[in-house]
Amino acid sequence: MRVTLKIWRQTNRADKGRFVKYQVGDVNPDMSILECLDVLNEQLIERDEEPVAFEHDCREGICGSCGFMINGVAHGPLPATTVCQLTMRHFKDGAELLLEPWRARAFPIIKDLTVDRRSFDRIIAAGGYISVSTGSAPDGNAIPVPKEAADRAMDAAACIGCGACVAACPNASPALFTGAKIAHLGTLPQGAPERDRRAIHMVAQMTAEGFGGCTNIGECTGVCPKEIPLEVIARMNHDFIWGSWRERDNVVTTMRPFTEWSTGSKFQINEQETD
Amino acid sequence: MATTVVGAREIQPARFWASTNGKKAVMAVTGFILLLFVIGHVLGNLQVFEGPAQLNAYGRYLRAVPEILWAVRIVLIVSVVLHIWASIALATRKMQARPVGYANRENVSSSYASRTMYWSGPIILAFVIYHLLHLTAGVVHPGGQFIEGDVYHNVVAGFSVWWVSAWYIFSMILVGFHLRHGIWSMFQSIGFNHPRHTPILKKAALVLALAISLGYISIPVAVMTGLIK
Repeated sequence: MRVTLKIWRQTNRADKGRFVKYQVGDVNPDMSILECLDVLNEQLIERDEEPVAFEHDCREGICGSCGFMINGVAHGPLPATTVCQLTMRHFKDGAELLLEPWRARAFPIIKDLTVDRRSFDRIIAAGGYISVSTGSAPDGNAIPVPKEAADRAMDAAACIGCGACVAACPNASPALFTGAKIAHLGTLPQGAPERDRRAIHMVAQMTAEGFGGCTNIGECTGVCPKEIPLEVIARMNHDFIWGSWRERDNVVTTMRPFTEWSTGSKFQINEQETD
Repeated sequence: MATTVVGAREIQPARFWASTNGKKAVMAVTGFILLLFVIGHVLGNLQVFEGPAQLNAYGRYLRAVPEILWAVRIVLIVSVVLHIWASIALATRKMQARPVGYANRENVSSSYASRTMYWSGPIILAFVIYHLLHLTAGVVHPGGQFIEGDVYHNVVAGFSVWWVSAWYIFSMILVGFHLRHGIWSMFQSIGFNHPRHTPILKKAALVLALAISLGYISIPVAVMTGLIK
């Protein structure tokens, strides 16, 4: 089969960016859309053109690296699927696909379909963890966990942090992501001691990052490759409201959002010289 | 290239009201107060079908104790102000949160009512202002003289004008849409969502929104069709 890919090309943040049309022939219907981009990139390299930059890692739908908009839907038209798992047989022969990066102020573009999602890392750093003593491994069943709680925590823990919720949200809100982490850790007894603190800090960081606010529209859960339910957002609201009420010490800190790359990084991008 | 210190911590975090979650909680509580008013108001209004004596007596009853009347009014005004303030703040954040828009973005799982809250809200506000000028203050009274205390006459005279009725019906449809999303969304905002109960809540929200909306619409329709005169 053959497809027309209309891809967002933008060399760096200083560049304005534009859509460029590419014809890709010899598309195997069983290849994923990322493999289709690989084929296109090989052709572009042969023609001495700049290949399309897109993020990917495991290519089996569990790492959360890949993701872009296909015809206006995050991760494409197939529900519960990341783009790396989206095979070309789901599109018609000769179809035209519009590929666009996630768009949000908190996800500044790096290049083409790649965006900087470190805002998610900072939300996790604000409270998406449990504090434990290090040392020898604890006895496996020392803390009883109800089966139902373990299941619910596991469902929330399925979040891979791909950012599709932000991309699909008309408000560009990461509530589903943050809610998933808060629900995942707060449902388990190991996460209970830091439940209030976690919600307050993660919400404060989420606000500092310049995301929009959740208005309970529900676009996020529709595109989520892991089908995280809206329930986790209610869980976040619950923990945040009660945590704010119970809070006594008023020591909440947030990390300043930064979108530049430090010097010495192998990802160093010179905004002026890159072409 | 490092323009900011990596890992710098600021002690200026978003507190309850500054966070979007806190604002939504405030919107939920104030929205619930306004929902109670809207339910009480439609039940009171439907007494128009029991004739002028009943409706005018109800009007006098509401104004019998000015202290209570103004206490209720102040609660409602504060709720309206907070509800709008929070929504403006959220809308501003929304506009800033995506500086470069999509060339194409499809909706996959959201309801029409939920996506149009930012439209239905301001239009309902415009309607409420008109409505207060029309039937409470009596400043704008198309279709005849405004008679202080004769509620029944004022309602029938006002709704005899076709565009007053049309504007009223249109606004009440929007109230229905606003409530259809708002009634279940307020529970989500204060942290209640349950896989078994929330689907029932959403259905109840639809039924309640329809009932309230149709209850209000029945009055101008009854005037226009001559059922009450």
